Amino acid sequence: MEAYEILANPKNLKRRKIINIVMLTLSVVSGLVAIIPLIYILFYTTAAGISSLNLDFFTQLPKPVGEPGGGIANAIVGSVEIVGLGSAFGIPIGLMSGIYVSEFSKSFFANIVKFVTDVLSGIPSIIIGIFAYGVIVLQTKHFSALAGGFALGILMIPTVTRITEEMLKLVPISLREASLALGISRWKTTLKIVLRTASGGIITGMLLAIARAAGETAPLLFTSFGNSFWSESIDSPTASLPVQIFNYAISPYAEWHQKAWAGAFVLIALVFIISLIVRLITKNKFSQSV
Amino acid sequence: MKKSTGNNSENLKVIKSKNHISDIFFEKTTLFFAFLIICIVFWIIYEMFIDSAPSRDAFGWGFIFSQDWEPVKEQFGALTFIYGTVVSSIIALAIALPVSLGIAIFLSELAPQIIKTTLSFLIEILAAIPSIVFGFWGIFVLAPFMRNTAQPFLESTLGFLPFFTGTKIGFGLLTSGIILAIMIIPIISAISRDVLKTIPQAQREAAYALGATRWEAIKMALLNAKSGILGATVLGLGRAVGETMAVTMVIGNRAQIKISWFEPAYSMASVIANEFAEASGKIHLSSLIEVGLVLFAVTFVINSLARFLIYSTTKKLTVK
Amino acid sequence: MANEFLNNINEFNLKEKYLSTNPEDSENPVFIKSEEYVNKDAAVQEKSSHEKSAIAVSTTNLSVWFNDKPGIENVNINIKKDSVTAIIGPSGCGKSTFLRALNFMHDLTPNAVVTGEINILGKDITEYNSIDIRKKVGMVFQKPNPFPTMSIYDNVISGLKLNWGHKKGLYDEIVETSLVQSGLWNEVKDRLKISAYSLSGGQQQRLCIARTLAVKPEIILMDEPTSALDPISTAGIEASIHDLKKIYTFIIVTHNMQQAARVSDFTAYFYLGKLIEHSKTSTVFTKPKEKLTEEYITGKFG
Repeated sequence: MEAYEILANPKNLKRRKIINIVMLTLSVVSGLVAIIPLIYILFYTTAAGISSLNLDFFTQLPKPVGEPGGGIANAIVGSVEIVGLGSAFGIPIGLMSGIYVSEFSKSFFANIVKFVTDVLSGIPSIIIGIFAYGVIVLQTKHFSALAGGFALGILMIPTVTRITEEMLKLVPISLREASLALGISRWKTTLKIVLRTASGGIITGMLLAIARAAGETAPLLFTSFGNSFWSESIDSPTASLPVQIFNYAISPYAEWHQKAWAGAFVLIALVFIISLIVRLITKNKFSQSV
Repeated sequence: MKKSTGNNSENLKVIKSKNHISDIFFEKTTLFFAFLIICIVFWIIYEMFIDSAPSRDAFGWGFIFSQDWEPVKEQFGALTFIYGTVVSSIIALAIALPVSLGIAIFLSELAPQIIKTTLSFLIEILAAIPSIVFGFWGIFVLAPFMRNTAQPFLESTLGFLPFFTGTKIGFGLLTSGIILAIMIIPIISAISRDVLKTIPQAQREAAYALGATRWEAIKMALLNAKSGILGATVLGLGRAVGETMAVTMVIGNRAQIKISWFEPAYSMASVIANEFAEASGKIHLSSLIEVGLVLFAVTFVINSLARFLIYSTTKKLTVK
Repeated sequence: MANEFLNNINEFNLKEKYLSTNPEDSENPVFIKSEEYVNKDAAVQEKSSHEKSAIAVSTTNLSVWFNDKPGIENVNINIKKDSVTAIIGPSGCGKSTFLRALNFMHDLTPNAVVTGEINILGKDITEYNSIDIRKKVGMVFQKPNPFPTMSIYDNVISGLKLNWGHKKGLYDEIVETSLVQSGLWNEVKDRLKISAYSLSGGQQQRLCIARTLAVKPEIILMDEPTSALDPISTAGIEASIHDLKKIYTFIIVTHNMQQAARVSDFTAYFYLGKLIEHSKTSTVFTKPKEKLTEEYITGKFG
């Protein structure tokens, strides 16, 4: 019985134990490795950004190189405007589709919708930018906040659909049954019982989608473009926070870099706070509904 | 009716509930919005096709195999960009895969609850940081570090390989590969962790009962989850291929094919980002859109493959 | 809509009248004007003379198929109005499947097909739409399932509010009566505005019963309503059923044969998707006709 001897060989056992320890250590180390750039980015951006944050940053227009002070108020307002337009377009579509996929999932068509939503979420954002350019900018012959909002809206759709679907599926079927058994119609059951029960999770999920959209740069480069001043309307070129950061970051001027760091810090803070809220709320949600 | 189990199956009268008109209207309304998504996706594909027609007519399939990119001469070919995208993504994957696997194992098998939630949260944040911030950080922190420390070190140790030689600028394939790796680690590790979680605990217990070490039990779980993990990796690849801003900021933006990874290059997404707004002439714009079309086709294939792999693993395991 | 609502309220008070012993109530002119009142009164008189109209539910060759496999097969049953019918049988025999067919609850189950004929209150079930049938045929489920986002008050009137809209104070009376009928009033009357989730399991279930009563169905289906509850809550709910059976038809699925014996007038025994026996509870439990029934109730299996 050679096999047993090999297995019982203490050397062999020792080797297995060493492999065990090495691999487990590697696993822990890789966890740390992934954290290092994260912490680095968070701290570096905070340190570099917070020093140039002041009231002017939020309230003043950009100043030309060489003049001290100034801010990126127009970019912040522009971002709010573009993201607002995007939300107005993307959230209803995403929400309703999520309801369809979750509540009427019996149908074959729901699976197609799910697949296509996955496809949409995999399309690089720059391509959505090209699309919005072709559909809006090319037709109206000028860059506009509207085109940027359209692009961001499309980008938000898959996230919102997915989150709505998942949150609605967390609502136990017994609640739907209870409501239907009272003679409440299906649509009222869905909107006033199911959606309301899942509303915490859905709202935070949407905040997350909005935060992501707020950080998108690529699709805005040639849709909403940029503007050094206040934009006149949603039909004209509009500055946005990420594009402004990009333009400042690739410029050769140190003072603009400072502004860019401050902008980056604002973006990260936004993402961080929203993720934290999402985390807290979904945690409560789970413990309550189970 | 399909059912023929009963004796008098022909006489079976099916009772179908009559839905209220408002419910039918509601279902159709949600269906309409769901259908909009499908329309949008087809519209995107259609638009890309139409707008890239001039370029496709002018260059045909040669577009993909040509290295020329000269807007002045109106000569366009996408090979350099394809090369830049492919190589930077492969570098990213080579770095991200082992690290992500380690994290996934740590999160699903080893870590105590409190560390698990904290680490998961941090990785979620990492996934949510805008790519512009990564790119910015890449310009001012990673690129100088690569130029002054990492690249000299790599050349002195691995310089016998042609990838690790040449001028040390800091901006290039290797740097963008590293940035991409940082950006795709969250997605690969999160999905791998979820896939590992679907492997029944009983399998691990069975392995322990047979005298396996912890690592051997984990290895078995990994083997069972391998197509799901592969799916996660491919999904990460899809993300890396489509990533625009961070790459644009650190890849160097020079349309050339050089064997060295220290050299600047150009990617499909970055050439669109840099030249689209200032494209001169119809054929230039159309060529950029065709680059977008190629990028779309590549990410579509990659993502479909990934979804299929992840779906088949989780499905197989949950059915059991 | 407004008329429908008024009718509903009147009908509601009418039911209350049946409960109360105060003769003055019937003098109230509103009720006499109400068409519903006349109809109901006629129905009551008819009931005493004609046995036929006393049938609440009757099925002919009722089968329910899941993925082409029968859950119940060719069930023929007549269930009497204003009585309690218990449905017993071992797990998986199709008790709940039968119950859920009576108010289109199989709509929510993918791949479920219902065949045969169902007659509810003298009309074929296909003459109702899914909303109307559920207003006539209410349902209480195995696990208490109050709406987590609503207060006790809102839970009770949820069916009314979502169907007819809300006006402050409009439903106060209905809330009180429903909660009194389900035996919960005294425990919650001071805290109607707190979340329904803060109640105990037994209280939640009685809240669910009150919620069902508030819509004023004619028939109430109960799917093992006490299997998740403690004995005291169970006793409370059984007492409510006993009081309410004068005005409602109850069909109760139960796992517990003692409960069937305690609360029901009639008992139906299901086995492997078929109705084996259906007659007076006392008969089923003392001298069952079928051997299978006897084996089940004497505990040989199940």
